[in-house]
Amino acid sequence: MKGDGTLIQQAFLRKNSYQDSVKLMQLTEKMTQLPGVTRAFAVMGTENNKATLTRAGFKPALLEGAGPNDILFAVETGTKEEGLRVWEEYQRALEQETKKDEGKAQVSAASLKSASSLLSGANLSIISVPGQYAAYEAYKALREGLHVHIFSDNVSLEDEIKLKKLGRQKGLLVMGPDCGTSILSGVPICFANSVRRGSIGIVGASGTGIQEVSVLIDRLGAGVSQAIGVGGRDLQDGVGGITSIMALKLLDWDPQTEVIVFLSKLPGKETLGEIRKHLAQLSKPVVVFFLGYNPNEQKGVGQRAKTLEEAAHLAVSLSKKESGPLAFQRDFAALFPRETLDAVRPGQYLRGLYSGGTLAGEAYYLAKKHLQKIEYNPLAPSGHAIFDLGDDQFTQGRPHPMLDPQLRSERLLQEWADPQVAVILLDVVLGFGSSPEASSSLAAAIEQARSKYGGEKIVLASLCGTDRDPQPRQKEQELLQKAGVFVLPSNAAAADAALYLCQTERSNL
Amino acid sequence: MSANLLKAKPKIINIGLAQFADTIRQSGAEAIHLDWTPPAQGDLTLNKILLELQDDYDQIEQANSQAIEKVLAAQPVWIDVGPALEMIPGFSENTVLHAGPPISWDQMCGPMKGGVIGGLIYEGRARNKEEALALAGSGRIEFAPNHHFGAVGPMSGIITASMPVIVVENQENGNRAYSNFNSENNRKALSFGAFDQDIQDILNWQRDVMAPMLGAAIRKIGGLDLKGIMARALQMGDECHNRHIASTSLLLKMLLPTLARLDLPGSRLAEFGDYLMQNDWFFLNFSMAACKAAMDAAHGFPHSTLVTAMARNGAQAGIRVSGLGEQWFTAPAPPVRGIMFPPFGEEDANPDMGDSTITETFGLGAFAMAAAPALVQLIGGKVADAIGFTKSMRQITMVENGSFSIPNLDFAGTPTGIDLRAVVETGIHPKINTGIAHRRPGYGIAGAGITEIPLSCFQEALKEFAKHHSARS
Repeated sequence: MKGDGTLIQQAFLRKNSYQDSVKLMQLTEKMTQLPGVTRAFAVMGTENNKATLTRAGFKPALLEGAGPNDILFAVETGTKEEGLRVWEEYQRALEQETKKDEGKAQVSAASLKSASSLLSGANLSIISVPGQYAAYEAYKALREGLHVHIFSDNVSLEDEIKLKKLGRQKGLLVMGPDCGTSILSGVPICFANSVRRGSIGIVGASGTGIQEVSVLIDRLGAGVSQAIGVGGRDLQDGVGGITSIMALKLLDWDPQTEVIVFLSKLPGKETLGEIRKHLAQLSKPVVVFFLGYNPNEQKGVGQRAKTLEEAAHLAVSLSKKESGPLAFQRDFAALFPRETLDAVRPGQYLRGLYSGGTLAGEAYYLAKKHLQKIEYNPLAPSGHAIFDLGDDQFTQGRPHPMLDPQLRSERLLQEWADPQVAVILLDVVLGFGSSPEASSSLAAAIEQARSKYGGEKIVLASLCGTDRDPQPRQKEQELLQKAGVFVLPSNAAAADAALYLCQTERSNL
Repeated sequence: MSANLLKAKPKIINIGLAQFADTIRQSGAEAIHLDWTPPAQGDLTLNKILLELQDDYDQIEQANSQAIEKVLAAQPVWIDVGPALEMIPGFSENTVLHAGPPISWDQMCGPMKGGVIGGLIYEGRARNKEEALALAGSGRIEFAPNHHFGAVGPMSGIITASMPVIVVENQENGNRAYSNFNSENNRKALSFGAFDQDIQDILNWQRDVMAPMLGAAIRKIGGLDLKGIMARALQMGDECHNRHIASTSLLLKMLLPTLARLDLPGSRLAEFGDYLMQNDWFFLNFSMAACKAAMDAAHGFPHSTLVTAMARNGAQAGIRVSGLGEQWFTAPAPPVRGIMFPPFGEEDANPDMGDSTITETFGLGAFAMAAAPALVQLIGGKVADAIGFTKSMRQITMVENGSFSIPNLDFAGTPTGIDLRAVVETGIHPKINTGIAHRRPGYGIAGAGITEIPLSCFQEALKEFAKHHSARS
């Protein structure tokens, strides 16, 4: 380190070597642990990415010369030599990772055309390339007669509408863009859990919403026939729910499906009418959950659920054709020891640190009903707040917290240091696609926070996962409990528990 | 409708994050992971254009299928031989045609200038190099690309008024194409920039002896189907651009009975025999005219992205596109990778030149390399490389031409019809086989090898296509 403590910024290039952003970022997170490194970013040298780095304080002159097909590695270190070392280390790690991919002996193809000829009967394409290229790949897939599941975000609304209209014309589903989850005939697509197969079909405009409901259905002893993600904007006016309507009709036809669950944010005004019309035409019972919408005001059809947890309970009751509970038990007075309850003093706050957008939204809307003031994704929180750490404003150049727990661990430390914060609320999304270290790194961060800042916070979490997931739920739960985390059976239950703690007069919610 | 998605486990093509394909395989479904890189090397302008053109996809596809149908249906038949002035419409005494996109005299490369000098001496317009140079620079000579006259010529491609030309008629469409006669029996061919007395002797003999003889024969035969000869040659190790051993033999076989019955005076037939003995490239110019006749029939479909010509003039390479009229899209001519004939070295090589890439435009030449593995030896390649060449060209072409099947590829057709969009998207350059001219006039053939048409020709053409297109719709 130089005596004056100034940091050295450097940028390195690797020409003509495209890599996906997830791989680039995950490796970069490891690099930030090396000695002398304050910050490191690895991106493809697109104008967007360069702008992000400039906003992050890197001098534009450093970034010149990087093109969209070049890996751009920007690093801030104490000394020049440290920066060079990190870059060398990064390249080594990247090569190792690339070799690992090659070693998997998977069939790979150079073009969509050749892929279709290599896999006869191919009927679905999953697209997770950077947003600016995703629409074009989706067009090509549709032209090849493939349904598409577009995981990528940052596709323009205009392109989404065109793609969905083309898909409708060809009888092909366009799931997404920004579609995190589907389960098709038991096959998990992108971020999904290993859930039992059964008779409940799900159509959802939210990835973590589908994950939560499918996992709870599994835990309640029922199963999922199909779960079809439609993308976060499908229900906006303009798109008009094209994919939702196709998917609802499809599940109404599907012989395996007996009950349908429909999950979304509140649809656009015109789309809502359209959707109601189609829901009314379904021959099968349907459960509807609109995030942030009061079911009492909701005129329409089907069983209306207040929470994802309730949607799962309603669907399972309908599939078993018997009435059952609408939620898990909430005996918070018995759950929390006296000293825990006493630890929350008036004027202290709740902070929700979420990785799943819909789960964050659900917690926020539940809290809104019970707390006088709560903020969502504020820049500088002044009271109770819920953060969706997967939101663009937090992920700039860094991996999504579901992929890599580092970002949330840092935030947890920051919140822990704040004496005003009493309760920390978390979601831990397990399953395919999610980090294998979600719980262990949270546990480690809590230990670290405790030893660094002392003091005790109440940490509440729900685990969205099953015991058949790559990260078995039971094991993950034990890890968290050992770190002193209260684990609740659903996101809504965890949020309710947090609200119970933060209310001056406690009553079971 | 969409029910096929739910009837069984989906079969998946994964594009982007490889981990998604792993998950799918773990759960017992099939998935293929695509080795994806950003289209057009990530260039945002080009990506925007590729995406916008999706709006007119049906219109473009329809135009392309009409255009490619013309290519596949073409029936090029050699019907006549005669002087350029008489055979080629619009040709004047002062016309000198050259290879490639348009170029002015002062911009021409050495070997093309050499060809012009040789042509002017041959026409009796100049007695020597100095007079020829003066005339060429005087402004009295009308230089124009062969392609503007339905003609094609290898290397410098020089065609002058009294040069005999091969006349090919596309009997499906009625259009005609022309080429000069090959004189590559000598390292010092005119087409490679040589112009000395040996060259003059060959040109005179071609005009006075060979052309009348071949003209009489072909008129008597009533036309020869060139496509048939090319298809057979392809199965005999030719690719119809840089290897013509089989096709030249087949052509002679078909001509011989008629030639013999012409009662030619003296030793004329024997002279022709001697000439062919020294020239393994004789069929090249027939092949080129046949390809030109086919590609011209596909030119001028307003919404088509089919590339209808690729040609080089030794300074620039250029392409034309069916839907973009007479416009050329050019870039500096690339160097050629290959072997140099002693005593020449790489420093002697002129950049790429000639109209012969009309064969690749038609799906032959380097596109049919799998049929002629002997040629990859020029770049030290293996048989697998030859097959790889042809396979990679499938990525940028519209169809396989069933008329030309390749034994080494289980009789698959040649990859045919370069799609402008596909070249820009994949960044795969069309490969071409070619000869190498000495960069100075008067030296002739210096080597042979393989090169590629620069990507920027295609990128510029696509930008223009998008402009035209948005203006029309």
